[in-house]
Amino acid sequence: MISFIGTLPGAISQGLIWGIMAIGVYITYQILDIADLTVDGSFCTGGAVFVVLFGSGANVWLALFAALLAGMATGIATGLLHTVCGIPAILAGILTQLGLWSINLAIMGMKANVAINVTNPENLDKLLVSLRFVQDVAKGTRPFTRHPIFVVGLFTIATIAVLYWFFGTELGASLRATGANQNMARAQGIHTERNKVLGLMLSNGLVAFSGALLSQYQSFADASMGKGAIVIGLAAVIIGQVLFSKLFHNFALRLLAVSIGSMIYYVVIQAVVSLSGIDTNYLKLISAVIVAIFLAIPYWKARSFSKPVKKGGKVHA
Amino acid sequence: MLDIKNIFKTFNAGTVNEKTALNDVSLCLKDGDFATVIGGNGAGKSTLLNAVAGVWMVDSGSISIGDTDVTSLPEHKRARYIGRVFQDPMMGTAATMQIEENLALAARRGKARTLRTGITKKEREEYYELLKILDLGLEERLTSKVGLLSGGQRQALTLLMATLQKPRLLLLDEHTAALDPKTAAKVLDTTERIVQKDHLTTLMITHNMRDAIVHGNRLIMMHEGKIALDISGEAKKKLTVEDLLAKFGQATGSDEADDKLLLG
Repeated sequence: MISFIGTLPGAISQGLIWGIMAIGVYITYQILDIADLTVDGSFCTGGAVFVVLFGSGANVWLALFAALLAGMATGIATGLLHTVCGIPAILAGILTQLGLWSINLAIMGMKANVAINVTNPENLDKLLVSLRFVQDVAKGTRPFTRHPIFVVGLFTIATIAVLYWFFGTELGASLRATGANQNMARAQGIHTERNKVLGLMLSNGLVAFSGALLSQYQSFADASMGKGAIVIGLAAVIIGQVLFSKLFHNFALRLLAVSIGSMIYYVVIQAVVSLSGIDTNYLKLISAVIVAIFLAIPYWKARSFSKPVKKGGKVHA
Repeated sequence: MLDIKNIFKTFNAGTVNEKTALNDVSLCLKDGDFATVIGGNGAGKSTLLNAVAGVWMVDSGSISIGDTDVTSLPEHKRARYIGRVFQDPMMGTAATMQIEENLALAARRGKARTLRTGITKKEREEYYELLKILDLGLEERLTSKVGLLSGGQRQALTLLMATLQKPRLLLLDEHTAALDPKTAAKVLDTTERIVQKDHLTTLMITHNMRDAIVHGNRLIMMHEGKIALDISGEAKKKLTVEDLLAKFGQATGSDEADDKLLLG
């Protein structure tokens, strides 16, 4: 139990970082109504671009921005495969994801993982977030403002603020209309195809940004770091919805719910690992089962409520 | 205003399901014409409207709205000139968005969507006044999600959205067919009022012969992808359902019209 509490700050930090990715998933899955599987690849693209650029001496902000742009490019790729080539969205995402596997390896110089040298204190100080800062803050050698929870929390608030503004603009509203009803959107002169590309671009930009933050946090990028990212994203979106849909109606709060959902997911996973001592290789299976159950609940609910008359029920004449 | 010249459209060409939906259709609507379109199932009514709206491209022929040749323009670009209401009440509005957001989207039809705010305070006040015209109490529910509205309310809202920015051409695709008779009458009445007020050039498909006769200054009957009848002016005013059936029989050489047309 003590060890579990000790791991909480780390779990919450990770949850917040993945939360930004989950907000990206929210854009495609909830707003655009597209299940975009690009994220499993673009998450790593962000991490790879960041680590390689930062490792070669680039400014940390510049490296983050480059990761964001790289992610956007992957979204555009999926978007064009879907809209220009007419490939179903889910397959377009899978194709991009597959292609990205090679591209990500190429970015990392054909190595499966690349590390940031954090034993060099000068290098470490340049980072915005790091696993080591969690311990440093606990020891008191670093101020709380350098704690990953604080720093990533600020990134999350900034992300939500920007998205809240964007989806309130004419363009953002047309994007929401594209996801809500394409026929209506086109009849109102909205270029639905372009909007889908735009939404995928935005989403994968955030996903890659989140990947860059994670690789910075754990001080390495790994070719398989994005594996199952879409499932974690969906888990966060769904947990946020189940817990807060009655409470949060405002769009910004809904995005916040996604981020909180992601934190809860990581804390729960951490609890399972710490308290049950289960082999961590089973984590992906547990994730898959949890998400499957949460996705099934609304469907089961709808089915059981739509039954008109119970068998054996009284007949009111 | 609308000039359709010799358009053809064949679906599933070269397969056993090949269907010539539009077979050399030409039609010219003058500014302010209100034409009703009737015809049996599969006669090509909806296909004609979809061809004009640009849902897909026609195989040959040309379509102009005003001075603009729109034949090769995609749907979203034609929307600048066209207001549309669909048969399915779910199709014309975004259910997960608010009433005022739907109106704001419609107010920007055919304009560039920028990073300016999606709906201004001034617009909200305008929409409040506009929704009063519908007499459905929607003006008090500006921020309600459209998904909460009834089919009739949604069709009335879609009609308002289609005409919020005066369109050069209004396309109504059996927009009252999915409503109960009382609601249908009310939506049709609102349609008539808006079309008269804004002097809109309109093409309205209906299944109901009486509606087709009562409304508009022109009546077009379609049969097997062609225009079988085109009645306007004084002849249209004097028209009765019996006349129409007789004329349809003469024009197409069949008497199958009765059931197909009267039902529904």
